[in-house]
Amino acid sequence: MTSLTAKDKNTVKAFWAKISPNAAAIGADAFSRMLVVYPQTKTYFAHWKDLSPGSAPVKKHGATVMGGVADAVAKIDNLTAGLLNLSELHAFTLRVDPANFKILAHNMLVVLAITFPNDFTPEVHVSMDKFLAAVALALSEKYR
Amino acid sequence: MVEWTDFERATIQEIFSKIDSGVVGPAAISRCLIVYPWTQRYFGSFGNLYNAAAITSNPKVAAHGKVVIAGLEKALKNMDDIKNTYKDLSVLHSEKLRVDPDNFNLLADCLTIVVASQMGQAFTADVQAAFQKFLAVVVASLRKQYH
Repeated sequence: MTSLTAKDKNTVKAFWAKISPNAAAIGADAFSRMLVVYPQTKTYFAHWKDLSPGSAPVKKHGATVMGGVADAVAKIDNLTAGLLNLSELHAFTLRVDPANFKILAHNMLVVLAITFPNDFTPEVHVSMDKFLAAVALALSEKYR
Repeated sequence: MVEWTDFERATIQEIFSKIDSGVVGPAAISRCLIVYPWTQRYFGSFGNLYNAAAITSNPKVAAHGKVVIAGLEKALKNMDDIKNTYKDLSVLHSEKLRVDPDNFNLLADCLTIVVASQMGQAFTADVQAAFQKFLAVVVASLRKQYH
């Protein structure tokens, strides 16, 4: 869709500074929620023993994903180049249908709304939504 | 017909009793108009929607937020037959208002986020799932009379 303006990038970086101390917990919550609210996403994790919210593999993976998002914030000026390796991973190895990136993004926004009820204003929301969409697009780059 | 578990019924009723409907409706509509600006196409008569501050303080936007919540409360009272309860609303949205039904999902997402921020930690994954199922049924019912 639309590319990130300078205002979007500044908003994302400023908000990320608030997120980063709790990034792992936020990632874990968003990821658990996705598995509960959108059960079809569990199909990618059939090889895990425990998919319940708060389980060890779920928490660990939520933290891993948020690490990827943190990386994207640092590379916000060129997401396509910056996320090339992750794109290859998702395209050739994991083969996650890109529609799921939107689903995970939604759940991240829900957790951000819960964690930062006053700071997650509509202006922050629109910049974060655009950013996560741009990350999803960069992740989809190598798919075909 | 939609099957609701006891947990879902109780949870959805509880959400509506806990939230401040005078706040949630206006907040969700204004968030939708800000985060997805193309939705403003349906509100040409609302006056100043020029920026986020204008949208948030626009009295017509706030009034419309309350109308939307009243509609959801109607669904809440008729959970076992939302489809028929919404028949006229669906015709209104398709034939008179001509709203692209994909927009209903955008508003549903904004409602979820506003309710989440109001309820905080009480908005657990299971509560979120119940609420999103309710909104999905509402959206499907609103889409029903589009031909």
